Amino acid sequence: MDSATLVAVVSIATAGITTGFGCMGPALGEGRSVASAMTSLAQQPDAAPTITRTLFVGLAMIESTAIYTFVVSMILIFANPFWNHFLSQAGGK
Amino acid sequence: MIVPNVHITSDQQIFWQHGFVKLNETIVTTWAMMIAMTLGSWSITRKLATERTISRWQSALEMVVTAIEGQIKEVGLNQPEKYLPFLGTLFLFIGTCSVCIVIPGFTPPTGSLSTTAALALCVFIAVPLFGIREQGFAAYLTTYVKPTPIMLPFNIIGELSRTLALAIRLFGNMMSGVMIVGILLTITPFIFPIVMTLLGLLTGSVQAYIFSILAAVYIAAATRVAKPKPAAQAKPEPSSA
Repeated sequence: MDSATLVAVVSIATAGITTGFGCMGPALGEGRSVASAMTSLAQQPDAAPTITRTLFVGLAMIESTAIYTFVVSMILIFANPFWNHFLSQAGGK
Repeated sequence: MIVPNVHITSDQQIFWQHGFVKLNETIVTTWAMMIAMTLGSWSITRKLATERTISRWQSALEMVVTAIEGQIKEVGLNQPEKYLPFLGTLFLFIGTCSVCIVIPGFTPPTGSLSTTAALALCVFIAVPLFGIREQGFAAYLTTYVKPTPIMLPFNIIGELSRTLALAIRLFGNMMSGVMIVGILLTITPFIFPIVMTLLGLLTGSVQAYIFSILAAVYIAAATRVAKPKPAAQAKPEPSSA
């Protein structure tokens, strides 16, 4: 197995693992926050605008960690610098 | 390559190139959006009326402006008209970009990291400017050493990392929408991409809201005048700031 193949294999596998594990934590966190927001909404329907706004902002904050892992895995698959390096080396030969 | 036609950003789609100067898709769509929005709002505000009946376009624009003003006020900025030009522009630009993904062949300029980094840099620069205008130069700088001077590096890192987070969050959301539709078109090209475009519309609108509300929150945190000296300001405010 030459270096380019090794880079491809490791990149693809790591991209999957990154997104898989990176989605777990934010999913749990978002579930908890939505659950408590629903509880608060049921208890105090009058505070709905404030709760909804803070819920959205908080969800975006939590979700951004999942987005980071997604961006990393997209870079690993579509714009991998190491892969491009070995590809250019192979082309230069 | 296995996937030759998938670009991670619309920067790589180059229409015209002359030496160093490149005209890529991001620039073209950004300028198209800017021209469309400027011309639209110019033609609406050209003939504003205060009679009992106003044109329906003016009514729509007034609804948008009033809604943005109300949201800014709810974050804690008591004079929304000071911040409306900046925050409203951010919201309207990102929101229109997100909504325009229903146009076939349109890739939103916010799906490129260059655009989102530029928007985040605007927020990064605007927050200290608003803070200095509200608190004064020295008073704003002392907020960086506020709890203890040990917190100074963490405050600075926080400023930088939240700018990075703003850029990456918007980029990741918009890019993922475009990319998921692109990938689905090769797998199940009949109905499912439309459903994902619908989801993309929703997340795009939410991201426009999030981006501008986060900018408003940051500005509100920077412009918050210290509690012990309420008389120092020109305008005495009621107790709840």
